[in-house]
Amino acid sequence: MDIHEYQAKELLNKHGIKTLKSILCFKPEEVYNAYKTLSSSVAAVKAQVHAGGRGKGGGVKIAKSADEAKSIAEKMIGMNLVTAQTGKEGKLVKKVLVEEGASIIKEFYLSLTVDRKNAAIAFVLSAEGGMEIEEVSKNHPEKILTVSVNPLYGLKSYHILEMSLFLGIDKNLFGGFSKLINLLYGAFIAEDMSMLEINPLILTGADEFIPLDAKIILDDNADFRHPNFKDLIDEDEEEPLEVKAKSVGLNYIKLDGNVGCMVNGAGLAMATMDTIKEFGAAPANFLDVGGTADAKRVETAFNILLSDKNVKGIFINIFGGIVKCDMVAEGVVSAAKNIGLKLPVVVRLEGTNADGAAKIIENSGMNFVSAESLADGAKKISKIVNG
Amino acid sequence: MSILVNKNTNVLVQGITGKEGSFHAQKCIEYGTKVVAGVTPFKGKTLFNDSVPVYNTIKEAKKEHKIDATMVFVPAGFAAAGVIEAIESEIPLIVCITEGIPVIDMLNVKAALNCSKSFMIGPNCPGIITADECKIGIMPGFIHKKGRVGVLSRSGTLTYEAVNQLTKAGFGETTCIGIGGDPIIGSPFISFLKMFEQDLETDAVVMIGEIGGTAEEEASEYVKNHMKKPVIGFVAGKTAPAGKRMGHAGAIISGGKGTASDKLKTMEKNGIHIADNPSVIAETVKKALSI
Repeated sequence: MDIHEYQAKELLNKHGIKTLKSILCFKPEEVYNAYKTLSSSVAAVKAQVHAGGRGKGGGVKIAKSADEAKSIAEKMIGMNLVTAQTGKEGKLVKKVLVEEGASIIKEFYLSLTVDRKNAAIAFVLSAEGGMEIEEVSKNHPEKILTVSVNPLYGLKSYHILEMSLFLGIDKNLFGGFSKLINLLYGAFIAEDMSMLEINPLILTGADEFIPLDAKIILDDNADFRHPNFKDLIDEDEEEPLEVKAKSVGLNYIKLDGNVGCMVNGAGLAMATMDTIKEFGAAPANFLDVGGTADAKRVETAFNILLSDKNVKGIFINIFGGIVKCDMVAEGVVSAAKNIGLKLPVVVRLEGTNADGAAKIIENSGMNFVSAESLADGAKKISKIVNG
Repeated sequence: MSILVNKNTNVLVQGITGKEGSFHAQKCIEYGTKVVAGVTPFKGKTLFNDSVPVYNTIKEAKKEHKIDATMVFVPAGFAAAGVIEAIESEIPLIVCITEGIPVIDMLNVKAALNCSKSFMIGPNCPGIITADECKIGIMPGFIHKKGRVGVLSRSGTLTYEAVNQLTKAGFGETTCIGIGGDPIIGSPFISFLKMFEQDLETDAVVMIGEIGGTAEEEASEYVKNHMKKPVIGFVAGKTAPAGKRMGHAGAIISGGKGTASDKLKTMEKNGIHIADNPSVIAETVKKALSI
């Protein structure tokens, strides 16, 4: 799960990593007061949204007075911030972080990620701080250093030495740099992060290394041992339908098309979306109903799909492994009758008792069509929604 | 012939008395798998379904039984510890079905695995099955039929889709393995490709990938350099948006990397026969085998 910059910095502070003084504000008046409280000659006003590239989109501004900070906030709070990562619809800014200024000597890029290939924790560093790392990696791969740490042996001083030599960090600053790297590594593991990105990491005039920005993604799978994770969720940042689906235990992701999809299994759900596209229509969503596709669950899923007003038809693709297809078919029909479903539905059921299932679908008296295969179903639903 | 498991494989089930564990242990036994023992803490000295002895620890179970493989159904918070217990007990094959293990835990498991005698499949996978001989996992047994194609996949139901076609088309399967949908898994595609290349009964391999990571690319390099048998590939997630986890923890396009189109391009370049959609997997196998 994604969290905000201010939350990321709080997590870092908890592990002894210093960040600049800052105050979270929801109203322009609060920003005015925050500027006064910080008593810094300059302050940054930073939009708190779950998206990178805020600077370019106008989501980070520098103020030199409390009045200026307030007037920036008046424009920023309530604006729809569009960045390279938000999509064209943008993200509504509801809160800003007001942060004190600092004298910046140098900027670096630093991140920790899970290195899937080597099953390690990887540090990625560059002396090109503040830049988009994807661009640096594409155009100047030699300007990026990756150091993978084997979790069995842990982070060692020679790893940090390699990093500091690559970044050209002065020998007398090694102690401070080393301390920061150790704390970051510890925080990454202790908080079950799957990504920690600091861009930029600054070296200040006081010879301190300080994360000026911080982006953290937490591993949802570890929420059972982090009671604080649920407090870090900001539902304003999520797609409302996805929040609703999650609350009823469904794995749903909203997309832009008009074919609602209901599938069991994540891989098959993706493959179903792809096949719909191949036959000329576009999927409205990803939805994995899971192994127990009973009437109640199917009904819940129908309700989620129908909340998306773009949906013009529904494709149900279930591979009945352990569950029997005729039982799934009965569940689908009764759920559809229960909610008075009007939209056309193509149903493909494969597995145990698939033939019986097809008969139940065809004889349901509903606007149902049965399909023989994934491709057949995708073709049929595409034809229906495309008229 | 087959790879990793056959009718003589003695199987232990970790978490045999739990809801999922007991249900699927029973299904495996019905399929013909030799389930010799189970482990559940504090349930030692009892019998599962009046026939399979249950122990508190693997150590206890090993005193009484020869164990070739373990099927892990331990809940996510304890699963990594369960796998490490199996590694320390030198169980040759560990099949971890559990979904939702934290990545940090899996990094430790993987490090332990690298200096051990064990081989691991999963986690977050349907398991492994050698048709008509041994099923260690949650896949529906009836769709499998002994034959000549090996199947590898990061997915569950999508694998069944492929298997069902292979069976109906008359090819049948040797061994099918769900390698797992997590970012960090016990063994990558390559480990199994190596085994299939050497297996006398396997004539072709179907490899089903999905977005996220670079496992498909690495596998396709291996296919190009080391395999004579045809490999048929499919990748799910062409329409998946970037930055979203598509159900599986490992199925995510991050920083523009791990897209289906990048994977397919590399796979095709390295001589893998691509199935454009899952409905044509068997058809693509047929073409590849007739070349």
